[in-house]
Amino acid sequence: MDAAAIISILDATLRLSTPLLLACLAGLYSERAGVFDIGLEGKMLAAAFGAGAVAAVTGSAWLGLLAGIGVSVATALLQGAAAISLKGNQLIAGVAINMLAAGLCTFLGQQWFHQGGRTPALGPNGRFSTIDLPFAHELSGIPILGPIYAELISGHYILVYVAFIMVPVTAYVLYRTRFGLRLRAVGENPKAVDTAGISVNKLRYQAVIITGLLCGLAGAYFSIAQGSGFGNNMTAGKGFIALAALIFAKWKPLPAMFTCLLFGFLDAAQIRLQGARVFDIEVPVQAIQALPYVLTVVLLAGFIGKAVGPKAGGVPYTKER
Amino acid sequence: MSDTPPPIKQRPETAAASAPASGWAIELEQINKRFGAVQANKDIDLKVGRGTIHGIVGENGAGKSTLMSILYGFYTADSGTIRVNGTRQAITDSRHALALGIGMVHQHFMLVDNFSVLENVVLGAEDSGFIRTSLDRARSELDRLEREYELEVDPDALIEEISVGQQQRVEILKALYRGAEILILDEPTGVLTPKEADDLFRVLRTLREQGKTVIMITHKLREIMAITDAVSVMRQGEMVATLKTAETNAGEIAELMVGRHVLLDVSKGPATPGEKRLEVKDLVVKDDMGITRVKSISFSVRAGEIVGIAGVSGNGQSELLEAVTGMRDQHGGQVILNGQALSLKGDDGAARARMAGLAHVPEDRQRMGLVTDFSEWENAILGYSTRPEYGAGPILDIAAAKAKAAEQIERFDVRPADINLKTALFSGGNQQKIVLAREMDRDPEVLVVGQPTRGVDIGAIEFIHNQIIKMRDAGKAILLVSVELDEIRSLADRILVMFDGQIVGEADPATATEGQLGLMMAGVVEERSTT
Repeated sequence: MDAAAIISILDATLRLSTPLLLACLAGLYSERAGVFDIGLEGKMLAAAFGAGAVAAVTGSAWLGLLAGIGVSVATALLQGAAAISLKGNQLIAGVAINMLAAGLCTFLGQQWFHQGGRTPALGPNGRFSTIDLPFAHELSGIPILGPIYAELISGHYILVYVAFIMVPVTAYVLYRTRFGLRLRAVGENPKAVDTAGISVNKLRYQAVIITGLLCGLAGAYFSIAQGSGFGNNMTAGKGFIALAALIFAKWKPLPAMFTCLLFGFLDAAQIRLQGARVFDIEVPVQAIQALPYVLTVVLLAGFIGKAVGPKAGGVPYTKER
Repeated sequence: MSDTPPPIKQRPETAAASAPASGWAIELEQINKRFGAVQANKDIDLKVGRGTIHGIVGENGAGKSTLMSILYGFYTADSGTIRVNGTRQAITDSRHALALGIGMVHQHFMLVDNFSVLENVVLGAEDSGFIRTSLDRARSELDRLEREYELEVDPDALIEEISVGQQQRVEILKALYRGAEILILDEPTGVLTPKEADDLFRVLRTLREQGKTVIMITHKLREIMAITDAVSVMRQGEMVATLKTAETNAGEIAELMVGRHVLLDVSKGPATPGEKRLEVKDLVVKDDMGITRVKSISFSVRAGEIVGIAGVSGNGQSELLEAVTGMRDQHGGQVILNGQALSLKGDDGAARARMAGLAHVPEDRQRMGLVTDFSEWENAILGYSTRPEYGAGPILDIAAAKAKAAEQIERFDVRPADINLKTALFSGGNQQKIVLAREMDRDPEVLVVGQPTRGVDIGAIEFIHNQIIKMRDAGKAILLVSVELDEIRSLADRILVMFDGQIVGEADPATATEGQLGLMMAGVVEERSTT
């Protein structure tokens, strides 16, 4: 494999990791606050649809992005209301969101656009285009570093950069701010937070809103950056892989990034490997496509060790006995 | 139960009569709080003088913790008024209580285990959105507080890495850091070693010297006498009396707590042992790790006698109990009931033991004796639900089950007498009575009892002991396992001492001294003798 091929795979890795990373960080906020979120997939899908639909109608990627975020935050609040205020089972609330999103997006898509649930293909203004970083062209001549900067780092959608900037931002928020301190505490021992005079539910809602926001970015990435328009089930289980990555990363931002990069790399390699031959037999495309998912299971089952999540995760907070 | 309890004398509320020179820190009037069917606080009046240490005593479930949670704003009272430093306040939440200078150290610490001491102190009292400055300020402030009150603790240590005593110091520091002038401690010594408790008392005295007010909830009379200036006694949700500690004594407080004269010794006649009911022969039991915990034990229990097994906890008593009652497989030997060997192997061993007439009051009522999320009546038929009196076939006769439960509640004086209440909401003593009622009600030939009064309040202890003796007098064979030597000595007719999985000696409770038994429990014994 030559250098160009390696750079190309790594470049694809970045692109494919981005929605995973956004969703993974989204889940991190919610789960660190003690609200298990199995509904990342549904929120992403709803955001992808919202973004695709609005971008198609208005012709503006930015309005599409805003719509995606809006839809996702609204969905997150619905899920939050069930899981926090109404003290419902958090897993069921998440599953419900996933089912609702899957059904409703296709239904509304068909009603509005009559293209079998898809949204119309977007024109150049309807979707984000890639950004060339400053001096990318000029520096590309420098050996090794040049191509890495020009080909690998430069030339991505803005959401890719946002996703990776969110990693240090999340780490800073989590470990250096009052909000982060309280967020971590409420996921570990909400009673301690309550007795300290801080509202447990308010904190959890704030976390859930951030989750919605990041899921909105991830969903919009599918339909108006990577793709051009919403397609049925276009998130394809990435929300669950993000959840797996979150557990694998033990709910920490930096490990979350590396885990998402690993999963993204598997995905990129999978595309590259299609059509590969083993002992002169062509490996079925489905088997190769399944690789990232199989590896997800293997990693989670075998290599993770003991993953202890936030202690109060999954339990609605009830004050009175 | 014996005859009607003698009325307790009502004392004038001496301590409440005159305000101290420094005034009242806390005045509660007519506080009421109800949880479902349970009236946790009923018309409570309480006054606490500023700069004093005020004890609040009462049995489990008397409503002490609820009252303090109301003062701290964790619960809201249904009615009543609260005055802090003479000003009427409606304390709506903990933040408000903190602002009024009221800090609380809860019985179960409100700490985040994987946070550092410093982070725990700062949580909720941060100066700004970024915690760096708060942590720095807290570090120097803690340093000062630690020197002032001799509360040394490493600010950078994680909570999960420090001792329980130190965790409690963190809780106290948390309150002081927030400027608490009134400090409430809920059962502060329950989790402490005696040495740690002494340290705590030293700290509390220093706090008093500095003009702070301390309210301490406890049910240990020794502590009340040792450290408080005044003491308020609660019973069944009501405030019974407030006394100056110097003008009362432990006996009087105990009486007020229980509501009648406390029998310190159990009165029982001599045993009249009959034939062998339960025989254990060469029993060997291994624990879950495969370690042999019961090493070939043999003994027997006759009708009409109580055999007590004494020993330091962890010497195989639990495994012995579980094997005899069919909860754990035996790895050798026999359990013989009424001359017939019991087959206890398999998952339904316990059920078969019950069918054969062996009732079991397990050591840990919450884990093994009850399903705490179930209502009282459901618990009252646990293990007996397939009996014909509860309906034929698969359909349960709920009316019959409820009637039976109501009858048991009445006979065993379970409070509150509510068969539909979740058992988790009963106090420890009443939970134990529910288990006891269920097991004794079937008129078993043999009763096996583990730790009958662990975590049970004084009044219930007396009742439970009397019930056990009544069973004996009715000609039943009773095997009693307890780590409370006093309990064994006052109840048992014969004492077997267990050490390291073996019975190392037998003693007559009438003649054996505590010292002799203690030596046996420590494994110091001349020659091994078994029955």
